[in-house]
Amino acid sequence: MPEVSVIWTLGGIAVVVLATFAIGAWGSSHARATSDLHRARRLVREERNAAAISGEYLSAASFLGVAGLILKDGSSALWYPIGFASGYLAVMLFIAAPLRRSGAYTVPDFAVVRLDSPWLRWFTTAFVVVIGWLYLVPQFQAAGLTFAVIAEVPAWAGAVALLPVVLASVFSGGMRAVTLVQAFQYWLKLFAITFPAFVLFAVFLLGGSAQERLNAPGPVFERDTSVEVETSVTLQVTEPTWLRVTGTRDSPPDPLKTSGTADVWVKPGDYEVDAGSALSFPAGAAVPVVAGAEADNGSWMHPGSDDSASLAGTYSLILATFLGTMGLPHVLVRFYSNPSGHGARRTALFVLILLGTFYLFPTVLGLLSRLFTPKLLATGETDAAVLLLPHAMLDNWLGALLAALTAAGAFAAFVSTSSGLVVSVAGVVSSNFQRVKNWQLPVLLLLTAVVPMGLALLVSDQDLARSVGLAFAMAASTFCPLLVLGVWWRRLTAFGAAAGLLAGGGLVLAALAVSVVRPDAGGLFGELVRQPALVSVPVAFAAMVLVSLGTRRQVPEGVSRMMLRMHAPDRLGFQDDPRTRKPMPAKESGGRHRR
Amino acid sequence: MELEEQTSVGEVLVRYLVRAQLRSALLMTGLLGAGLFGLPLLFYVLPSLGDMVIAGIRLPWLVLGVLPYPFMALLGFWYSRAAARHERDFLHMIER
Repeated sequence: MPEVSVIWTLGGIAVVVLATFAIGAWGSSHARATSDLHRARRLVREERNAAAISGEYLSAASFLGVAGLILKDGSSALWYPIGFASGYLAVMLFIAAPLRRSGAYTVPDFAVVRLDSPWLRWFTTAFVVVIGWLYLVPQFQAAGLTFAVIAEVPAWAGAVALLPVVLASVFSGGMRAVTLVQAFQYWLKLFAITFPAFVLFAVFLLGGSAQERLNAPGPVFERDTSVEVETSVTLQVTEPTWLRVTGTRDSPPDPLKTSGTADVWVKPGDYEVDAGSALSFPAGAAVPVVAGAEADNGSWMHPGSDDSASLAGTYSLILATFLGTMGLPHVLVRFYSNPSGHGARRTALFVLILLGTFYLFPTVLGLLSRLFTPKLLATGETDAAVLLLPHAMLDNWLGALLAALTAAGAFAAFVSTSSGLVVSVAGVVSSNFQRVKNWQLPVLLLLTAVVPMGLALLVSDQDLARSVGLAFAMAASTFCPLLVLGVWWRRLTAFGAAAGLLAGGGLVLAALAVSVVRPDAGGLFGELVRQPALVSVPVAFAAMVLVSLGTRRQVPEGVSRMMLRMHAPDRLGFQDDPRTRKPMPAKESGGRHRR
Repeated sequence: MELEEQTSVGEVLVRYLVRAQLRSALLMTGLLGAGLFGLPLLFYVLPSLGDMVIAGIRLPWLVLGVLPYPFMALLGFWYSRAAARHERDFLHMIER
């Protein structure tokens, strides 16, 4: 990236950070006690609450990861944004209104009020922490990537730089202020993705070669291009080509590993390339793609499941994202700030509309990046597509401006999602203590943020949207059955709930462990190891139902009353919640049945 | 009628409400499953659909990139109306 636009971009990020703090400071009192963090001080308007939920929800995986996966996998990657949005439909259909009326705003709270089981509180808290961390790690990785791309600093520096910003935004605001900040971040992110998408699409259409480019058999390098490989990759070469390799290591059977510089003729096949090597391609050469990506445009345009294993993988992803959203800690908390159950449903509907609007645009950018930044296919850094596309298409001040805008939007994405998660995870943990001492909460907040940052430095980076998919699988296999059965099924018991959490959560962790040991397992097994929800969700539901039936004596006594409270219309006022129980004027006494 | 005191009639009414709400939710899930989540299977069984072009856009990009969002919003809108209607019916019943 040219020197000038690095300054522009860093400037854009600085503006985002400053604006975030300014809004936070304007609307907040300082968050000192747990109650401040928790209590979304009532009756946030539904539209604004929905914007805040969307702002918090649109993470790096949505902003950068979706376009990156589309660049690589084509139309089959479109299931990621569909799944991310459809989760709110599931929230709305199954839990929004009843959960709001139950008075619980975290899963551990729900376990206590619904199942009357204090020990289950700690158990569920552990899962909240695991899900939160699984979701936070890719946020830190994405921050690292963004800084590595724009300022050419090492990746760890970006992850470390994100930490103080997140902590500062967490410490500087109570929930009210955060609501305002998060709502602002939604509109910022929407602007930061729509504006570049419109401009770049216009440039593409005016460029004239649209049809020709779309009909090319596969991505090709337009001019002589040199590609630097940052992390070791396996490249898939489809067209024989000459290329010049500059490597660090001599390894005779491998033509793409050499010490010094050599010109080699590569035939189609898979080749390993070491980190730190550079490959130079002549103009017109077909772009080799990282293993697993779609190499020719025909199959890239086509929805990708020509074998049953990848079909199962697609359904596993759909299940994880559809059911996982309801179990994410930062999603649940926000629904509590709705005035009523009906309001919670309306909020979910608004969120669906706001997210749907947003997700149209990463798709456009992903499509364009296939035509204009094919180089990323060879380096494997497809997540950087949104950041690099403006420059690749427009080599002038407008490109620099758009690049600054997308980087600022990406940064807003990490900050809002990370701080929302940190606040809700730390809030859940601290609410387990009877009394929280003044020093404990900051320590909890710090731990919640530092551990995933450390993990992000340790683990190698995968595709952002995929790693976030694992957090969804975890939530779908643990909290989704607990919430859905808790809301709709009278006979759920605490033992049943615990059994389901252990079975579902255990399976997802096992799959995670296997995928670390054998990252390129193939076939159906490989798909399920990378996205286990297709197995783990049914198992979790089954375990919860069977063990509940086996321990039917443990069904809590007040279950009928609880069902009434969760499902009865708001107007009857069974919520035990003074905020929403309006004092009824005498003439309307017909609507109220309590004395 | 005192719903709070768990009279058997009140109990039945609440069960009835819960069932009606669950039925609507499952109906919407079914529509979503048939209309949207059925697509991977459809493209798997009939791969030639993936090559169709409508208004200059390949069919998969249209039905996966654009249409799911208005479709889901529509389902959500229907559901929120249905749920509110069930609640009104419930109020009418206990007020009788």
